[in-house]
Order: sequence, then structure tokens, then C-alpha cells
Amino acid sequence: MRELFADRHIGTDTAAQRTMLEALGYPSVDALVDAAIPSGIRVADDLETTLPSAASEVEALAELRALAQRNRVTRPMIGLGYHGTVTPAVIQRNVLENPSWYTAYTPYQPEISQGRLEALINFQTMVTDLTGLATANASMLDEGTAVVEAMLLARRASRADTTTFLVDVDVLPRTRALLAHRAEAVGIELVDTDFAGELPEAFGAVIQYPGASGRLWNPADAIARVQEGGGIAVLAADLLALALITSPGELGADVAVGTTQRFGVPLGFGGPHAGYMAVRAGLERQLPGRLVGVSVDAAGYPAYRLSLQTREQHIRREKATSNICTAQVLLAVMASMYAVYHGPRGIKAIAHHANRMANLVVDALTDAGLAPVHERYFDTVQVRVPGRAAEVVDAAEAEDVLLRLVDADTVQFSTDETTTSADALVVLRAVLGDAAPASLGFKPVSRSIDPEHMRQTEYLSHPVFTTHHSETGMMRYLKYLADKDYALDRGMIPLGSCTMKLNAATEMAAVTWPEFANLHPLAPEAHTAGYRELVGQLSRWLADVTGYDEVSLQPNAGSQGELAGLLAIRGYHRARGQEHRTVCLIPSSAHGTNAASAVLAGMRVVVVACDELGNVDLADLRAKVDEHADDLAALMVTYPSTHGVYEHDIREITDAVHAAGGQVYVDGANLNALLGYARFGDFGGDVSHLNLHKTFCIPHGGGGPGVGPVAAKAHLAPYLPGAGGDPDANPVSSAVYGSPSILPISWAYVRMMGAEGLRRATGAAVLAANYIAARLREHYPVLYSGDNGLVAHECILDLRPLREATGVTVDDVAKRLIDYGFHAPTMSFPVAGTLMVEPTESEDLAELDRLIEAMIAIKAEADAVGAGVWPKDDNPLANAPHTAESVIAGEWTHPYTREQAVYPVRTLVHGGKYWPPVRRIDQAYGDRNLVCACPPVEAFA
Amino acid sequence: MTLPADLKYTSEHEWVAVDGDIARIGITDYAADKLGDVVFVDLPQAGTPAVAGRVVGEIESTKSVGELYAPVDGEIVEVNEALADDPSLVNSDPYGAGWMIAVRFTGLPELLSADEYAALTAE
Repeated sequence: MRELFADRHIGTDTAAQRTMLEALGYPSVDALVDAAIPSGIRVADDLETTLPSAASEVEALAELRALAQRNRVTRPMIGLGYHGTVTPAVIQRNVLENPSWYTAYTPYQPEISQGRLEALINFQTMVTDLTGLATANASMLDEGTAVVEAMLLARRASRADTTTFLVDVDVLPRTRALLAHRAEAVGIELVDTDFAGELPEAFGAVIQYPGASGRLWNPADAIARVQEGGGIAVLAADLLALALITSPGELGADVAVGTTQRFGVPLGFGGPHAGYMAVRAGLERQLPGRLVGVSVDAAGYPAYRLSLQTREQHIRREKATSNICTAQVLLAVMASMYAVYHGPRGIKAIAHHANRMANLVVDALTDAGLAPVHERYFDTVQVRVPGRAAEVVDAAEAEDVLLRLVDADTVQFSTDETTTSADALVVLRAVLGDAAPASLGFKPVSRSIDPEHMRQTEYLSHPVFTTHHSETGMMRYLKYLADKDYALDRGMIPLGSCTMKLNAATEMAAVTWPEFANLHPLAPEAHTAGYRELVGQLSRWLADVTGYDEVSLQPNAGSQGELAGLLAIRGYHRARGQEHRTVCLIPSSAHGTNAASAVLAGMRVVVVACDELGNVDLADLRAKVDEHADDLAALMVTYPSTHGVYEHDIREITDAVHAAGGQVYVDGANLNALLGYARFGDFGGDVSHLNLHKTFCIPHGGGGPGVGPVAAKAHLAPYLPGAGGDPDANPVSSAVYGSPSILPISWAYVRMMGAEGLRRATGAAVLAANYIAARLREHYPVLYSGDNGLVAHECILDLRPLREATGVTVDDVAKRLIDYGFHAPTMSFPVAGTLMVEPTESEDLAELDRLIEAMIAIKAEADAVGAGVWPKDDNPLANAPHTAESVIAGEWTHPYTREQAVYPVRTLVHGGKYWPPVRRIDQAYGDRNLVCACPPVEAFA
Repeated sequence: MTLPADLKYTSEHEWVAVDGDIARIGITDYAADKLGDVVFVDLPQAGTPAVAGRVVGEIESTKSVGELYAPVDGEIVEVNEALADDPSLVNSDPYGAGWMIAVRFTGLPELLSADEYAALTAE
């Protein structure tokens, strides 16, 4: 039997869709979409597609196997921020391959996210402990972008009045390339230095610790000299090395950044991995990205939440100093659990192993008369082999070990957790040829770390890092945390603008195959043919469905895709001698990240008004275009709009911008409402980013990973990341293909849906949103709609009249939904006081109806509050969510029953009710009393 | 919503208490209510110049960020250090313990009366 994957992916079958269409008064999905999407932007019915026809799940897996077999798995000793590591099987199975972890959303609703928030606070504690600094965030996108963010932080925090940033000559080459591309756009000058001589005045400096060459030195003096001039000292530090060497905090550094990849996260040909950033006391408000903190719930128990959210770009918009919205939560959870599982002694033993294996090789080389370039090192060693470097690298590769070719006379190797004696002997044979020893023996090894430089301070001393060392204990800890959280394996997550659709098991299958998981990003091309074929196919398919010519998969988040696209526009204008084109028009309804990205691309934001229907005000747009015609760089517009509406005038808008010489950036956040029916490139888009983690099924991972490819017309192609096959062109991520190990997910989705399946998914998503809007309209006003009163793939429910009438707030409704077994829709975006619902195509009719009925029941509860049946401060809404303890402990004094509190609908009694682990969390308390590390165990007593 | 009649106001939702050549400045009850729970107030150093209309500080709540504008030209002579420890004073006592900066002003621009400000916020 051959079944269509689309029938599994789409939640509503033909009969359900017929019921929904009847409620809306349309004869077919096509008729509904025809009425909703303006005809002027529709693709022609006979448009040629390069997408192959849909494969079955079995066929897609077979094709992925064939691609995987074209990758060659070796033992990479290239280093440069990517090291071999063993993912503990208990973490692989219970986190990476567990939908309870990977299908969760960013923890905006902290009451139903306590599990991953605890895992993230473990992560932050791990990073602050190892770096010796005060506060760490919940992860960065990768090491290279973390260094860029540290540079931007330094510029904001420094009192030095200069545009100069100092860069260690021994910094990772990719970091240097990223810094150059990013610094230029914001007017920062980079000066390379070895910190030996006089330092120029600078607002900050980055030092690689240990250096990219493996050189281990004590930078305390360099740090002090940077700070003397008012600069901020940033160490890009190897987290595993910090288990053995003096921490950045003890050296006096202000900021430490790096990657946590080697804490059990597979290489994945470059990503995704969790970067990290930690800062000294006093800089915590300057931290970019997500920060988890401790607060208290309504019962006074400790509870976790995202802290200091006002630092973030969605609030600060064009005043933001970072456009980072997301973290790499799933990978940060893995890294933190690696530390939980191994504990301080285990981590130290792993660091010792890496160091010892390097020492064994160095001792044998020294015996043969070949001293390493740097006497002091942790795990990375350079060796001079005059004229023979390529030969040495080839010899090692022939034995499946990859070395780094530094130059014609120098090779380099890095040891790690996985390095064996056999690997060490391969290195020796490659370098020494016949003079290599036959075995390493057991003689004592030299010390490559100056005893003065050895770490003396403790780390990972919180009990969580010493409690779960048996596999049984670890499995149960992971289950205990997962059970606290609400993910897609519990029920729908109807978050508007987030597209929480199915992440199918078949799509996920290949992620952990060794041929995708264990490749180093700098592996020779001959080893990665399967990967590059997959990247090429996926790029072509994405270009095809969006109407663009070129796609770069490098950006590892939507925000980075925006930045890459805007930098491409900048590069285009500059190449044409139009440096003065720097104005970026952004509608007032846009997501805050748009404005933040524009500023980081060196642009000046001019806001365009929206009309009362939420659409771009065409008259204001024309006026702004006229006013800035000479210096217009771009318009950023989201389609369908952030209000979930297909704007009718989109072609007039893009035409007006083009007529003035500007470029049009179409934000692809809402592509799930368009795929198969219209293409950005056909209605005036020059460049877009897509969110593979929304439209193309990469799971949200509880707040990352994301993938934000940038797609562009041919005239912008030379300015995209990796343009023309040059890995170093216009970089925005550490790895050339960004986060390649999760690309098989989107590949499998497109391969199994085919053009027709993608189109059906869009229709089903639009149908679901309109069905919800139609059924809830009489209970909550639906704020915006387009042609024929229809919404796109999401709808905004206006709760302001309800608040006016009853005093019940959006927060109350969102938290009450938890008692009904739901994750709340998006709160107060894009309009304060509203809920934005996006059901996606993956939910079935029963789940849609369950949400609708819950919303109607909650409305009735709110009306009862308004009518005075319940007091305003003591009712099921104000007290939501209700924990089990809150309804069984002590005397029940509330004016509603316990049953009403926790079983507001009878189906919950036998329907697998979700019990929140905490009551409502006090947001202000957590921000006023900032604690971002594991609280002591007694706090939970 | 309280609105002391003896204070002057600005369209940026700040109040100004003039005493000799010193203007004490904070944000209004209305502004504090709109911001919600204030969790952090970023104030300038005493001794820095104030230029009317320029941003001199930031007021963060759990949900948004407001800016503190200097309503007068002059020199900031004192800032409310108590807000560092207890930013909630801005919500609980906006016209008293929740004050933000004191400026020795060189010129006093036209400011709003309580009635004029009330009319502004009624719109």
C-alpha cells in the first residue's frame, strides 16, 4: 500500500474540511483561498516546478540513506571550535530524539516551561562556573556570532570614545571573517594585535583562549591593559579547557564567549550547537539574547522565567543593540545535561584525557626531535614539517584522521574526548613516517600547562551536577523535567506567527545518523558530497517555491537571515556607488527584530504608518518614499502581514519602492500562508528570509535551533553568504552551511509533500485559521481581516473589550487556558491586549474544536466575573493556573469549586490532564531580584 | 490617578517640582501605570549636563522600556539612588520617593499645569 505523507502531516481529512467549509460557507478549500488571497499575486496554475513529486516516507528515508552514504565519516582532529565528543546515549534518546524536548516552544509561558527553564538555568550555572563570571545567558547561536555580539556589547558598555576593536591575531579564522563583515556595517574598525606591544585606544578586545594555534598563554596582563583605556576585555574561551586552566573571571575578563559543542553535541558538519556568553557583575543588562532567572509563583515557591526581556529587540526595536531573538535551547539543554551526567569530576577527567592524548603525541614527536611550535597548549598542537604539510595531512586522511593544514610548512591537530591511542599513532605516522613509534607506551607525560596557570577554583558544585550520574537517575531526571513542560506531544500550541506544526518522526530520523551527525565543517569536500547534494537540492526547492534565484542556508536563525538579506542590499547599493542609500522603511506593525536587524546592517529606520485595518498606509508609504527617494535602501515588509492579513496593495507597495531605486525585503515569517499559492519573488520581493523552523518543520527545540535561509533575486546573489561557492563570502554564521545537521528535516518535508502537498498544507492552514475566527467571532472580536472578511493563516482575537467589561486580562485568559490543557496563543503581539491564534495545518478538527470550546467557556467565566458572580480578585481566571497542591492543600476558601478550578470541562478527568508545576509567576519580582543560576536546594523546601 | 496641582508637567508624562533654581523630576502616576511594574531605572551620573528634550535615562518595566527626557536645560545635580535598590518606588510613590533626577536649570521652558496635563491624558 502506498500512502501520501501529506495525509499524515495535514490534520484535517476531507470530511473534517467539509464540516469546516460549511461553517464558513465555501464549497471547497480552493474557493476559500481564492477568496482570501488577492488574485493579482497568485501563481499561474501551469507554473513549472522543479520539485519532484511526493515521495513516501519509506522512499524518502531510502533517498536520505543514499545521500548519507556519500558522506565519509572519519575522525576529525581539525579543531577550530569543533571537536569530537561522545553524546551520552541517555541524552541522545531522552533529549535529542524526544519530542517532549524538541517540539516545545520558547518558554514565553513560564508556568508550563519549568522543565526546560531548569535545564537552561543548569546551563547558565555551568557556564558561569566554568568561566568564573557572574551571569551567563541561555546560549548564543554559535561561537562566531557570540564574539560579534560581545563586540557590540563592548561598544555599548565601554567608556572609551573610539570606534576601534582589537582582535587577537590568534583568533579563530572564521571568527575574524565574521567580525570583519559585521564591523564594517556598523562603523567599527578592527585592529589586529598580538597584545605584545603598545595597544591602541579601543572600546574592547577579543582574545582567543587558548589561541586558534593551540598556544596557551596567560592573558591577564593584556586584559588589564585593555581595561586601562576603558575597553571591555572579551575572552573567546574553550569551555572544556577551562576545567583545567585559570578561568576568564579569575583573569579579570569582562566577558567570555565560545561554544559548548564539545559538551556532547554532535559536530553535525558545523551545527547547530549552543554558543555561550557570560559577563561580569554590572554587565548583565547588556547581555544579548535570552536570560533565564528565578522568581516566585503565587504560592511563594521558586519558579523560573525569562528575565529582563526589555533588553530584547522585540521591545527596543531600532534602539536595540542586538537582533538576537532566539537561543539554541535544545543544544544548550544537551550540553547542560552532559555536565549534569558527568559532573565536575567527569568533566575534569574528559579535559585531562584530551590534554593527555596531545601530550602523548607531543612527547613522541619530541623524542623524534620535533618540538611543537608552542610549548604550552591544552589540546591543540602545531608542528613544523617544512614543505611537507599537505603530504602529512593526506597521509593522515588516508587513515581516516583529519588534520588541519595551517600552511605549506605547518600542520595542526586537536585531541578530544574521543581521541584514542590509535588516532595518536596515525598522527605520528603521518608526521614521522617510518620513524614513528609502534606504540605509545605508558611513560609519564610532560605537563603542557604551566602549574601556575592550572585552575585552582571549583566548578559545577551545585548538587544537580553530582546527583544524576547513574543512567537510571539521568533518565528519570530528564523525564521529570520533560513532564513539567507542555510541548506538541501534549496538545496544540496555537502561537500566532510561530507556526507550531508537526515535526514528523521520519523528518527527524536522519539527524542522528553518523553520516550527518559526525562530520567536521572543514572536512575535505570529497567527504561531504552527500551533504552538499542535499544542501543544493533543498536550496533549489526553496528558491523554486519562493520565486527567487539563489538561496543561502547559512543563517542559523531568522534574525540572521534578515541581517544577511539587508547586508546583501547594502552590498548591492555600495557596489553601484550608492553608499548613501541607507534608509530602511519599516511598517509600524513589523516585528521588532526587523528594525534591530536594519540598524545592525548599518541602516537608518524610518517607520511607515499602518491604517486602521492594520495594512501599510499607502499614502504614508508614498510620502516616505518621496521624502527619502535619494537615500532609500529598502523596505522591509512581512507578507501576509504581521496582522495575519493578505494585504491587497502589496504590488503597489513594492512598485513604489522599486520606482525610487529601493530594494524590497519580504519577511518570510508568514510563508506558511502562501506556499504553493503565491511567491515573494513574483510580487516584487528582491530578497527574503525563510524560517525553516516555522514553515519547513524544523522543530522549535524549546527555543532554538532555528534556520533562517536567505533567498534573493540574481542581482543580490553576489552579496549573499557563501556567494559563488566562496565559503568566506559575506559570512553571518560560524559554519558555512549554518546548521546542516537539521537540514535533512526540511529536505524530507519538501520531498514527502511535493508541490501539491505543500499547497494542500497552505490551504488547510488558512482553512483552520478562518474556521477558528468564524467560530470565535461572536465571543471575541476578530481584529483584522482582508478580502471577503477572511484572515490568512492566523487570527487576532481582541480581548480589550473583555477587559473593559470584566477586568479580566489577556494574562488571565492565557493562564486559564493552561487549566484547560492548552498552551496560550501569542499574547499582545502585534497588538497589546490581544491573542493571536495560528492553528497550522497539522491540528485535527477535534483539537481545533477543543480550543474553540475552551475559549468560549473562558469567555463565560470572564462574563461571570464581570457580572459580579465572582470577585475580581478571586475567581478561576485571576487564580489560574491551578496546581494540584493549590486545590488539595488546606481549606478551600474560593467562591468556585475545586472541580471548576482544575476540571473546567469533564473530558479533562479522563483525558490526560496537564498539571502545571507552579502557579502564576511574579514577573516583576524576578526582574527586581535578578538570580540567574541554580538556586540552593533548600529554596524548594 | 493622582495629579498634584502644585507640580508642573510635560507632554512626555513627567512632572517637575521647581524650588529656586533646582527642578526635581519624575514620571507621572499615569506613565507609571502605563509602564506597569517598574523593575529598573537607568539614571545618569550627577554632574552631567541636561539638555531639554534629550533622553537622560531609561525606565524598564517587565514589558516595556520608557525614556526619561530632560525637561529643562542645566546640570544634573542629584539622582535618586534609592531607585537602584527599589525601583518599585516609581509605581508606589511616583511623586515622592519615586523621583528620579534633580537639575540645576539655566532656563525654564513652558510647562503644563495639572489641568492641562489632565486634558492631555484624557484624550
